[in-house]
Amino acid sequence: MKKGYYGTFGGQFVPELLMPPLIELEKAYRDILPSKPFQDELGALLRDYVGRPSPLYRCPNLSRRLGFDLWLKREDLNHSGAHKINNTMGQGLLTRHMGKRVLLAETGAGQHGVATATAAAMLGLDCVVYMGAVDVHRQSLNVKRMELMGATVHPVESGTKTLKDATNAALRHWIAEQRDTHYCIGSVVGPHPFPALVRDLQAVISKEARAQFLEATGALPDYVVACCGGGSNAMGAFHHFIPDASVKLVAVEAGGSGEPGCHHSAAIGKGTPGVLHGMHTELIQTADGQIEPSHSIAAGLDYPGVGPEHAWLAESGRAHYGLVHDADALDAFKVLSREEGIIPALESSHALAWVLRHHDEIPAGATVMVCLSGRGDKDLDIMQEMGLL
Amino acid sequence: MNESRLEQRIRAAMAKGRKALIPFLPAGYPDLERFWDELAALDAGGADIIEIGVPFSDPVADGPVVERASLHCLELGVSLAWIIAELKKRRASIGAEIVLMGYMNPFLQYGFERLAADAADAGVAGLIIPDLPYEEAMDVKRTLGARGIDLVYLVGLNTEGERLAMYAADAAGFAYFVSVLGTTGVRETLPEEITAKLAAAKKTFRVPLALGFGIKTPEQLAAYGDDLDAVVFGSALIRHIEEGGTAAEFMRRWA
Ligand SMILES: Cc1ncc(COP(=O)(O)O)c(C=O)c1O
Repeated sequence: MKKGYYGTFGGQFVPELLMPPLIELEKAYRDILPSKPFQDELGALLRDYVGRPSPLYRCPNLSRRLGFDLWLKREDLNHSGAHKINNTMGQGLLTRHMGKRVLLAETGAGQHGVATATAAAMLGLDCVVYMGAVDVHRQSLNVKRMELMGATVHPVESGTKTLKDATNAALRHWIAEQRDTHYCIGSVVGPHPFPALVRDLQAVISKEARAQFLEATGALPDYVVACCGGGSNAMGAFHHFIPDASVKLVAVEAGGSGEPGCHHSAAIGKGTPGVLHGMHTELIQTADGQIEPSHSIAAGLDYPGVGPEHAWLAESGRAHYGLVHDADALDAFKVLSREEGIIPALESSHALAWVLRHHDEIPAGATVMVCLSGRGDKDLDIMQEMGLL
Repeated sequence: MNESRLEQRIRAAMAKGRKALIPFLPAGYPDLERFWDELAALDAGGADIIEIGVPFSDPVADGPVVERASLHCLELGVSLAWIIAELKKRRASIGAEIVLMGYMNPFLQYGFERLAADAADAGVAGLIIPDLPYEEAMDVKRTLGARGIDLVYLVGLNTEGERLAMYAADAAGFAYFVSVLGTTGVRETLPEEITAKLAAAKKTFRVPLALGFGIKTPEQLAAYGDDLDAVVFGSALIRHIEEGGTAAEFMRRWA
């Protein structure tokens, strides 16, 4: 029986050899994750170690300039600097409850790798990370951070040597080491139950934000805007607002340089349905079904697919999928730094850039929440190297 | 129901007291012309069934040898449409049965209705799709089956009990037993647990059982006796060709 579908998207397109560990994980997702002892333990870790709840902050200077209220959900203030840790602490704890002792991860820029290494160190698990050889060079500081926390980082030399190939390598490793290893996937992607599991772990973002809005303003926001690579911070920011029909949900994909024919990461905006990494979803691919290289100035958005629930939210019309090019994201990066003293991740800058680009469509007095998925310190080196600072 | 051509072919080899030979070669390897010559040599060299690999950019069930070969073929411009068109021209001269082995996405983009018709027309007897487990396989299996094409299932060392029975109840052509918890690639020694697991699979499946992944020499199979009806070899063949050898030489080891 088919499982894990959002409309026609999702499913479990993996070798049979991975079905037993996926079925084991489905059981843990169903039985362990919602249990009170697990939720209590996770809640305490998120509070004491990660620093949750993250603040919901109204930007005074930009709000004045824009004529509507711009609020930031400050995931950048989490321990290790991004929303990624909401997922890795949850999956790490689940790994311990399943009686496994190794956390396996793929990483692009290294943010998810760092968050996994962090959780593994804290929870006393071993950690193995696959990272494209190109990214190992581009993000050597993150490799050092992972290694400092005890992770073993394997450079991946196959294919395009970036995130999609690191994901292939992690899946291969999991086939061989499934007995004592949990694959801690980094976004709401992959075969069922990963998209649901990662969404539930990231949903803490919208759970807190919804209550924080009601408390601070007595009303729900008019817009919730988040950047979308694999789509985990966006799914987390959307989840508890989905039943609230008045709340407009906007996910922002990376459009690359914007030149005609440029590489990009807009799987929903410009892709077509297909199967990759265990899921049926929107993909950047050729007419023959070969996966094409993606590109974004934000390494964390540089992925040719997207989570299946997003493909469905787009098809159903519940969420809008916008596009932001590299230059606009850079501009937003500088604007937030300068105006509010907050240096955002280049990924999160895409969400902010969408708001800045569309400010004249947003009614005066509206409330807009941007999920500030991570802090931008990690991007300074590469931006300096590219002459962008 | 007509007996499957793949099953018939394996049973014919078994009747002669030998295991059926199933070489795997990625379409277009080592180049677009020579591929068809090597295919003919595999056929002449005693192959009962030939698996033609349909290259994909992201082959998660494969090790470095098959992945490298597949990416090379993609660079040469190999597509599923090319494979089917070229195969159709040559099918009458090939004695072995033909199976296409490839990942879900290129098949999906071609469209399964169209694929079933075109592949049947080109004389294809089966498909193997390593990233299509039982849960997702039903529609595809029905569409292919309507044109007389078997969807061959893969099982492995961790396919046990109910799952093994589930596959067995629905198997067509043959069952492909993966020898390792891992990817394709030559291995000097195979896991010891294979012996017991193969015996269990042999008892469960009505269709013949083929062993694949990591197989290099006939000596590796001696231990399994009659629990094994066929053998698949891919990486060892690719490596042999990579190192300057030919399919004809490779088949001499086996025939
Ligand atoms: C700060 C930040 N935001 C967003 C993303 C994109 O991931 P997702 O779309 O899963 O939230 C990443 C990925 O590395 C990231 O580091």
